[in-house]
Formats: sequence, C-alpha cells, structure tokens
Amino acid sequence: MSDITKQSLSELVENIKGKKLSSSEVTKAFVERSEKSKELNAYITEDYANALNKAKKFDEKPNLDLKLPGIPMAVKDLFCTRDLRTTAGSKILNNFVPTYESTVTQNIWNEGAILMGKLNCDEFAMGSSNETSFFGNVQNPIDKNLVPGGSSGGSSSAVAAQLTPITIGTDTGGSIRQPASFTGTVGLKPTYGSCSRYGIVAFASSLDQAGPMAQNVKDCALLQEVISTYDEKDSTSIDFKRNEYSKELTKDIKGKKIGIPKEYRVDGMPKEIEDLWKKGIEYAKDCGAEIIDISLPHTNYALPTYYIVAPAEASSNLARYDGVKYGFRAEGENLIDMYEKTRSEGFGAEVQRRIMIGTYVLSSGYYDAYYLKAQKVRKLIKNDFDEAYKKVDAILTPSTPSSAFKIGEKTNDPVSMYLNDIFTVPVNLAGLPGISIPAGHDAKGYPLGLQIIGKAFDEQNILNIAYAMEEKINFKNNITDWWL
Amino acid sequence: MALVSTNKTEYLINRHDNQYEVVIGLEVHAQVTSQSKLFSTSATKFGAEPNTQVSLVDAAFPGMLPVINEYCVKQAIKTGIGLKAKINKRSVFDRKNYFYADLPQGYQISQFKDPIVGEGKVILDMPDGQKEVGIERLHLEQDAGKSIHDLDPKNTFVDLNRSGVALMEIVSKPDLRSPDEVNAYIKKLRSIMRYLGTCDGNMQEGSLRADVNVSVRKKGSKEFGTRCEIKNVNSIKFMQMAIEYEANRQVDLIEDGQEIDQETRLFDTKKNETRSMRSKEDAHDYRYFPDPDLLPLEVSDDFIENLRSEIPELPDEKKKRFIEKFKLSPYEANILVSDIETSNYFENVIKKSDVKLATNWIIGELFAALNEKNLEITESPISAGNLSKLINLIKDGTISGKIAKTVFEQMMEGDKDPQKIVEEKGLKQESDPKALEALIDKVIDDNRDKATEYKSGKVKLFGFFVGQVMKVSGGKANPQLVNEILKKKL
Repeated sequence: MSDITKQSLSELVENIKGKKLSSSEVTKAFVERSEKSKELNAYITEDYANALNKAKKFDEKPNLDLKLPGIPMAVKDLFCTRDLRTTAGSKILNNFVPTYESTVTQNIWNEGAILMGKLNCDEFAMGSSNETSFFGNVQNPIDKNLVPGGSSGGSSSAVAAQLTPITIGTDTGGSIRQPASFTGTVGLKPTYGSCSRYGIVAFASSLDQAGPMAQNVKDCALLQEVISTYDEKDSTSIDFKRNEYSKELTKDIKGKKIGIPKEYRVDGMPKEIEDLWKKGIEYAKDCGAEIIDISLPHTNYALPTYYIVAPAEASSNLARYDGVKYGFRAEGENLIDMYEKTRSEGFGAEVQRRIMIGTYVLSSGYYDAYYLKAQKVRKLIKNDFDEAYKKVDAILTPSTPSSAFKIGEKTNDPVSMYLNDIFTVPVNLAGLPGISIPAGHDAKGYPLGLQIIGKAFDEQNILNIAYAMEEKINFKNNITDWWL
Repeated sequence: MALVSTNKTEYLINRHDNQYEVVIGLEVHAQVTSQSKLFSTSATKFGAEPNTQVSLVDAAFPGMLPVINEYCVKQAIKTGIGLKAKINKRSVFDRKNYFYADLPQGYQISQFKDPIVGEGKVILDMPDGQKEVGIERLHLEQDAGKSIHDLDPKNTFVDLNRSGVALMEIVSKPDLRSPDEVNAYIKKLRSIMRYLGTCDGNMQEGSLRADVNVSVRKKGSKEFGTRCEIKNVNSIKFMQMAIEYEANRQVDLIEDGQEIDQETRLFDTKKNETRSMRSKEDAHDYRYFPDPDLLPLEVSDDFIENLRSEIPELPDEKKKRFIEKFKLSPYEANILVSDIETSNYFENVIKKSDVKLATNWIIGELFAALNEKNLEITESPISAGNLSKLINLIKDGTISGKIAKTVFEQMMEGDKDPQKIVEEKGLKQESDPKALEALIDKVIDDNRDKATEYKSGKVKLFGFFVGQVMKVSGGKANPQLVNEILKKKL
C-alpha cells in the first residue's frame, strides 16, 4: 500500500484493524516522511528509533481492540513525556527530561498509539506564529516562508504535511484553532475541564486546554474521545458524562440553531473573511441549520482582558523556572544574580514581555485596575455567551481575521500579532469548546477557517455541525510538497 | 478586651514620668498534624533524610498541579471550632509570589482575602483573672523548604522535605499586653490544638512558630502606636525576650523624640536584641491573586457539623467540669487540664480512687518526680492504675502518707504494683491497738524521765514520743492511733 501517509487516522485504524497494514509499516512511512521534511522544522525532538521499536513490539502482539492501535503520533512539546525531552520551545527547558507522563498523552498511549517525537511550538505557547520558539521557525507546508500559526505551529505543520496522522496541541487563546485555520486542518479546543492539564507545561492555568488537531472532523472526534477524561490530579478537571464522540458523530443537524454574532464583524476585516463567513452561513443552512443573529456585546473587551489574565497567570506559573531545580542555569555571583542571568538568558523576548506585563498587572496599586477588572469583564463575556445560548445551539464565526502571513512579517509588531486571536480568545475566557474547520482559500490560495463555538460540555454538537459542514464545504488543501 | 481588669499585674514600661503600655498581636504558624502535605501525597515525618519526602508537586516540576488534602481542611475547621470561630463555607487559595531558593514554585499557596476560618476567641487564665484574646482569622498555607547556609562556604543547601507541608496561620487581634500574656496565649493555643489533635505544638521541631507584632503607647491612649513585626520566633522564651527588648527600644525612641519605622525585624537570640530586616518601603509586593489551579474551597453545613460532633471536650469545658464535679480549686483544675495527657491521666487515676488525694499526689509528688527526671506525663514510670492503687492504700489506712512516699519512690524506679511493694518490704501500717499499746508502753518505759517532764507540763514533748514510737515501729505505726493511745498513756 503506497501513500500510507496520505491516509486519514480513521483509514489507518481501519487498515491496521483489518490487518491490511502493520503498525511497523505505518510508523515507518511517517518516520520516513518526517525525516525527509526537516526543512519544515516541525520537530524539536525526534524519537524515531524508539517509535519503530514500539511498532515492532505492537505487531508482535497486536491489541486490535484499542482505539489507536499502533498509530504513530508526534505531539506538541508542551506535553511532558516520560524519558523524552520536553522543552516547551524554550532554552530554559532545553535539557529537561521528565520522569512522568501527562494525563492526556498517557490516555493516548493507553489506546495503543506510539510516540514519534515532540513538535515545535512557540516558547511556553506564547505566540501566534511559532516564531518565538527557541528552536526556530516552523514552515507552513502551504507555502515557503509562511507561518503555520501558533502556538501549536509544529503540530499544525506536521498534520498538514502528513508527518503525523494526527496530533494534539494546547489552546490558551487560539493556539489550536488559529494554526489549524492557517494550515487547512481541523482543530478542537475542548471545554475547560474536559482534558486534564496534569503534566502539561502551564502557560495560563485558567485558560489552557489540550485538544486534538487532525485532517478531518471524524479523526478529531476520535482523538477527543481518547484524551478527554476526568482526572483527580487536576483540580479543575470536571467529572461530566463524556460521549464516544466518534461513534455518536452525525451529519444530521437539521433544525440546529446557529448564532451569528454581529460584534465579530470587526473594523478592517478583509473582504475575503467576510465572504468566507457568508459562505459558511450558506453551508450551515444547506445542512438544515437555522441561522439566528445574536449579539455578544462585550466581544470588544475580550482581547485586552485576555492580555491581562493570561500574562498575570503566566508571570506566576513561570516563576518556577529559576535555575535552582532543573533546566537551564546561568551561574551568578549570588542567588539574585543567578536568577537574573538564568531568566534573562533562558527566556526569549516574548516570554519576558508577558512576564513583565503579568507582574505589572498583579502589582499592588495596579491589581484592582487591571487584574480585578479583567476578571469582572471576563465574567461579562461569559454572561454574553450564556445569554446567547438561550437562543442558539452553537455560534459560527471566522477562525481568524486573516490567512497565514509571512515569517517575520509581524515579529516587530506584537499588537498586530495579538490581534490574530481576536475571534478565538473569547472562547477561552468563557471556557467553551470551539472547533476550527477549513472552509476556503483566500486570493493567494491560502486556507481560511471557520470557527464553531459550542455550549460548555457540548463538544458532540459542534463536532456534528463541523462534520455536516465539512461535507458541504468539501475543502481540498493545496499542498505541493515544495520542501521535498 | 479584658474581662476582668483588676490589673494587679499590669505590665507597664516606665520612663521618666511616662508609663507605656505594650500592645502585642501574634501570627502563629502551626503545622497541621497530617500524614501528607497540603497539596501532595508526600510524607511529613520530622527528621527524615533531606529531600526524601519530596514529590514532583513539592519540587514544582513543569505541569505539576496541586490537589487539596481533605484531611488538612478538616483539621483547620476543627481548630476553628476549638477557637470558637466562624467557619467560612467558602474560602479561596491565593498565590503569594516571591523568589527564594527554598520556594520551588516561586509562590506560596496561601489564603489571603477569604480564609477558611474567621473571628474567634481564646480565654486566658491569668493570675488576676480571665482574659479574652480575639482571633482575627485562621488560614491554611504551604510551608517552604529549608535553606541551609552553614554546610558549605560558597553554596546554600536546600532541603525540600518541609516544602508544601500544611500550616495553619492563626492571627490574633492586638489584644495581648505583656510577655506573660503571650506565654499564656501560646500555651493555651497549643493546649487546644493538642486536645483536638490538629497540631502537636512541638516548638523544638518547628511545629509552632510565631511572628510577633509589637507596638507601644502611653498608658490610657486609645490609638495604636506604629508596630514592628518580629519574624519567625520559635520559643515562648524568645518571644518574651524579643517583646521586652522591642518594647523598650520603641519606648526609648519615643522618649528620644524619634519616629518608629514600621518594619520587619529579626530577633537575635545570642545578643538578645531585635534588628531591622527590611523597612516598609522594601516590603515585598507579593502580587497575591487567586490560584487558578485550585477552585474555591467550598464546604457544606453537614461537613462542618460532622466535624463539630468529633470535637472532644476542650480545656475550658473540662476545667469547668473538674471544678463543679470534683470540687477542685480553679488553680488545680487549670494545672490538670492544661494538657490533654495530664487530664487523661488524672481521670484514669480517679476512676477508682479518691479525687482529693489523687489531685494532691499528681500535682505534688508526681509532677515533681517527673520534672526531676525530665519526663512527660506520657512517659511516667507510674501508670495511672498503680497510682490509683497507691492512693487507695493510703485511703484505707494500709499505709501512712509517709510510707506512701517511700513506696512512690520505688514505683518511680519501675511501674511496680504498690500492694506488692508493701507486702514484700513489710511496710503495712500497724493499726492493731494492742500491738501499738505494747510498743508505746516500751517507749514510755525507756524514757521515764521525759514522761515525768511531760506530765509536769512540758507538753511539747508529746511530739518526741510520737517520733520515738514511729521510729521503733519502723515508720509503720498508724500515726492517728499512736496519737490517741499516747494521750491516754501519758
């Protein structure tokens, strides 16, 4: 069977279960393609030899009842993986090898998948273009010198380029959905509390959520089913009834009410995005959904709120990287000097910027004006969604205000970079699930995505809507393998 | 606010014509008695090899998350109940951010705005009456690790065994007015927590430490003076010494026309002085904010009521019962209830013996003997059962009080049955009147001259005869009968 890497996860699972393919064949195919694709710089750490060994072992005694039987997979380098270096894209963790496994990745290995390596990402997931990684830019397989989005840029690039059949990312303000949109792939940010944060390098604890990234909705549903578990080791994990999302997946969304929030028509939004959104509305109607205009009045405040809450939490979460216990240490004259040198040399510019913002907004005298106010606004944003969901079952918006941009284009303009998250951050602030699906191309032929936002714990519903629309949209990614 | 203000023992500092009152508030850090830490499952045993009780959470590895230990929450609520305090059904854990080598997370998880326990009170028994000290709050927080600076000339060693251990910070109102009251307050707090089993109160092992806030003001003034905080004092004696030094220092400054700076100070136990650690301007900005890794802690009424039903009789209630039921004096009751083990011992002794005698023997002989051997009541060589037997031997006249002391001394050497000691050594009291008469006749016979003197009016000699009879009997003669018979015979 040629073109193994062109198969979707669902096809691979079927072929392995049907004994048409062995895990070794599949793993070898993805390892070989990954090895030939170094120019994309999607990997930080490769673990190919181990992956091939594990595949061989799997084939010797295959357990075909598992959901991901012998499926090779690379994961974002924010997930701690036992005995395999975990860097979070940072120099400060350049040499860090965990002795423990994140709950999400453990769930994946428990279902038979095999780790191929760790994928590039923005440093501590802080970025929208993967340009803040200590390990360098990642190329978008769509076009040379195009960013793959961020922070899960290595993940989106690897899925789009078929270096891994599927992957997981993390999403704090759009870090799964925006790169999915930039690469013509599908990315789901689950409800906050759906996937355990245990063993994931923390960026902003009240916003971080792991989620699946795939080539299609069905694969996405299957992986979500595997990674979403209640976990006592994460106090914010929520014990709710989780569906078998892939089994319950349906294209029948007749009568579903889909809201169109007027506040998402932002100033200066490119016409292409506006058109895509209109097209999306038509697709939804074609699927039998009912379109309802809604209002999310506090949308304008979401981005500033996010850029207070997320850096505040990050400034505290990143205090542990101090050169004392693990990771990078720069020698100093005394303790304070060691801290200053370690953190100045160990963290990149964007991470330092956010630590400074976060420290500032939590400082006494500023706390009430910034952090406390941001928390109040966050509540209002959540209330907006609660109100909207009295009228609709889901909300449809563009995923991003533009298509992928060139590497280096926005690195000196952090605010313009932050604006990339304008449609995605409200979802994190409200703790809701959101999925980005590819829905069209801009004039340059770059992919554009639509976002479907659901009620809390209602992943099944947005997966269903995405599944139905996916068929109507019939999106085809133009990937020419230019790097090969 | 003093309930009784007879003020016989008012503590004032005199300078020239001015009298100064000292105002003290304490922040006590009490280690929660618990097998595991506040947010991790690591052990908390004291004295373990460095860094052997450290989990990935305690060492703040990437991606590690805190999970609240329900037992510690129960312990804090129980303590709150013991302090007659309001239990807050909703409390919030905050992060207190600062950098230090023995603080792996770079923040301490504590409770800032919404503590688990609100206002309460503690009653002190002072020589001039009772005094109520207000409790401002009690909150749960993590301990830090330990930095060891003296093992190497260049490097600091860090032991994380303590990192993450649960502490209760108990903040008093500024109601204390003297080193003696501080002594009584700490002892009472310790006693309550030991009754509850929520803190072992072991100050040597650091289970109980305090930050001491001290200010002074002219007697009669209603305004508080500027306070200084003396950090981390780990014995009552040092607290008292630090307060005395600090109060006098502040008085001297005021008398000298100088301002007192609000600052944090350290007590140097070797030089017996406090010195500045950091001024208000240099105070840390801890950037407190709710810990996003933890949801607000919510407890139900049922949860609290269940704990309330587990609360044992506490020292104040026990004291009241001892006075009412056993007719003890307040002084005796105070001593016997001050410590749960002592009161348990006492109640075991009086199960089968006379209360009055038991009280005297425990407070007198037993405490003195234990003190001499530097033993705790739990280490007493004499079990409650055997002390009870000894008291019964006295009560039923088998042995005299004097002989009892001899028997007691032998019991202190090892927990022997007093009955057996009496039998083996032939110490049984001689109460047979006929045998005593014979003895007395012989003594009078041997001392005819003294008997004549007695009869001629030298009544003081009676004591001499009693002594002689006791001596001849080897101390075993029943003193009461000896008295009676001697009177008749002389």
